[in-house]
Amino acid sequence: MKTNRFWAWLTFALGAAYFIVPLLATFEFSLRMRRGTYSFDAYASVFADPYFVSSFGYSVVIGLVTIVVGVLVVVPAVYFVRLRMPWLRPFMEFITLLPLVIPALVLVYGYIRLYNSSSIIPFTGSALGTDILLTGAYVTLALPYMYRAVDNGMRTIDIGTLTEAAQIMGANQAQIIGRIILPNILVAILSGAFLTFAIVIGEFTIASLLNRPAFGPYLVGIGTNRAYEPAALAIISFIITWGAMGMINVLGRFAPRTSARTD
Amino acid sequence: MAFLDVQNLTKTFGQTTVVKGVSFAFDKGEFISLLGPSGCGKTTILRMIAGFERPTSGSIEVDGRDITHLKPNQRQLGMVFQAYALFPNLNVGDNIGFGLKIAGMPAEQRRARIDEMLKLIGLAGFDKRYPYELSGGQQQRVALARAIAPRPRMLLLDEPLSALDAKIRVSLREEIRAIQLDLGITTVFVTHDQEEALSISDRIVVMNAGNIEQLGAPHEIYNKPATRFVATFVGQLNTIEATVLDAAARTVSIDGQAATVPALPATADNGSAVSLTLRPEVLSVGARQGNDITLSGTIADVTFLGSVIRLRITLGSNLLSLDTFNDQRTAPPARGEKVTVSLASKDLLVL
Ligand SMILES: Nc1ncnc2c1ncn2[C@@H]1O[C@H](COP(=O)(O)OP(=O)(O)OP(=O)(O)O)[C@@H](O)[C@H]1O
Ligand SMILES: [Mg+2]
Repeated sequence: MKTNRFWAWLTFALGAAYFIVPLLATFEFSLRMRRGTYSFDAYASVFADPYFVSSFGYSVVIGLVTIVVGVLVVVPAVYFVRLRMPWLRPFMEFITLLPLVIPALVLVYGYIRLYNSSSIIPFTGSALGTDILLTGAYVTLALPYMYRAVDNGMRTIDIGTLTEAAQIMGANQAQIIGRIILPNILVAILSGAFLTFAIVIGEFTIASLLNRPAFGPYLVGIGTNRAYEPAALAIISFIITWGAMGMINVLGRFAPRTSARTD
Repeated sequence: MAFLDVQNLTKTFGQTTVVKGVSFAFDKGEFISLLGPSGCGKTTILRMIAGFERPTSGSIEVDGRDITHLKPNQRQLGMVFQAYALFPNLNVGDNIGFGLKIAGMPAEQRRARIDEMLKLIGLAGFDKRYPYELSGGQQQRVALARAIAPRPRMLLLDEPLSALDAKIRVSLREEIRAIQLDLGITTVFVTHDQEEALSISDRIVVMNAGNIEQLGAPHEIYNKPATRFVATFVGQLNTIEATVLDAAARTVSIDGQAATVPALPATADNGSAVSLTLRPEVLSVGARQGNDITLSGTIADVTFLGSVIRLRITLGSNLLSLDTFNDQRTAPPARGEKVTVSLASKDLLVL
């Protein structure tokens, strides 16, 4: 019994160490910019860099737009498939898994071929057009997560009967989705939203190939030119990502009323 | 002019026709039950009235207006579902006020109507609670209030009581009936529970396999079942085997005793066997005035139901059910006891 517990703890400690030691090492390194003493100089240097602020701001905006577009696409799609075309579900599952299978590189080369400035739809011809393209790519990239989050959310409520109950009282399709379905899957949508945000903030391939001033390319650029700042940035993005994950849990606990309960 | 007029309603899912040309007409303010076994098409009919299913053919008129092809949200009907279907994100007040809000009623009037509804269902002061904070019975009452708050032209209920336990089921059905009478709202109630249908309906549509077997008031359905199906589905039914003595004179022999029955099947020849049926309550233990047939048998089983004792008695090849009132001064009859039972030949049904 005792030995059992010992081995369990040892395994756990090894696992945790595997994860935490590099993180600690990175953190320790990020503090060593000033010779001979620990300091937050690297962090100060990062925050003082105007490119940090602008690229981070850019990615935050793109992230938010991606979330809004993703919700507008995924929620009605999942809703109607569950309600009217349940036989389409396996197909939906497959489609939404594709972004995990197809490398982002393939996606972005496809985009560039299809939407280059000499094509019929020259999205890449302007900054705004490229931003739209980038957002589109991110919606696709986040689709597996958003789809699963929303689908899980809708599984917990009886959307069929709730829809009929609202319908017979005179509600139209938009009112049903806006007033009944959305509020009831809010927590699920939020978790999908934070995952989306975490993906967008760190994404490199697409943003760099489309040549947009996003946070991902900035991170990589810094990594190749500086010594201490990349470590500081790694810690910062780690905190952002985990902050987003933490928010999912917190909001999940704070919003029990908006989520359907079966008890 | 009927208020609810359903003509030749048919519904086919793929290859199977589940509603087979059903017609009925009801007046304003009637409480109508659709009664039948599982899968007979009750829910499908109700959903066609509500607009959730498109009829394969036939028409539905409400108050002189053809609604067959209207969308559910254009029909101005109220509906209560078996699984309550309250909106989990809205509190009780907002649930009841949902239809009013959709209809664009100003907040103040809405408030008043919600309060009125809460009082009607005996849940005054519950408006800030959320559905998960209510019991099943309370949730279903809120669902009822939500359905009638916008003053629908008709109320549809699909087995609204079957998720509740027995005691609440009885009290809530009485409450539903009282509210329905109070508001005078035409109501269609779907159930597979014959007792429920008999106790609260003005008229009952008994259905089987997509067809109407009989349509009538509860006492008509029970006392004069039109078909064998209705007789067995609604209430208990005993069967006695008899031999026809004289088909023209309608005399038969039951256990060697001659009796005249109210009717015989047209196919019955002299000497052929017929099945006669009768309700448990027309049989009595021992002789009784007016009863012209006496049979003797053995008690096979005794079920004590409180005020009533149900006996199962073997009579030759027949097994009969019989209800007697409990007598506090004597013990119920014992299994294996010999008894004589009597009945009036006019109570025999030939189906
Ligand atoms: N959407 C559908 N697709 C295919 N078949 C259906 C559909 N809805 C109902 N049915 C079939 O139609 C028949 C009648 O169903 P319905 O729900 O009307 O029965 P019911 O009388 O309400 O029974 P219950 O008492 O079990 O609720 C059943 O055999 C059912 O399987
Ligand atoms: Mg049903």
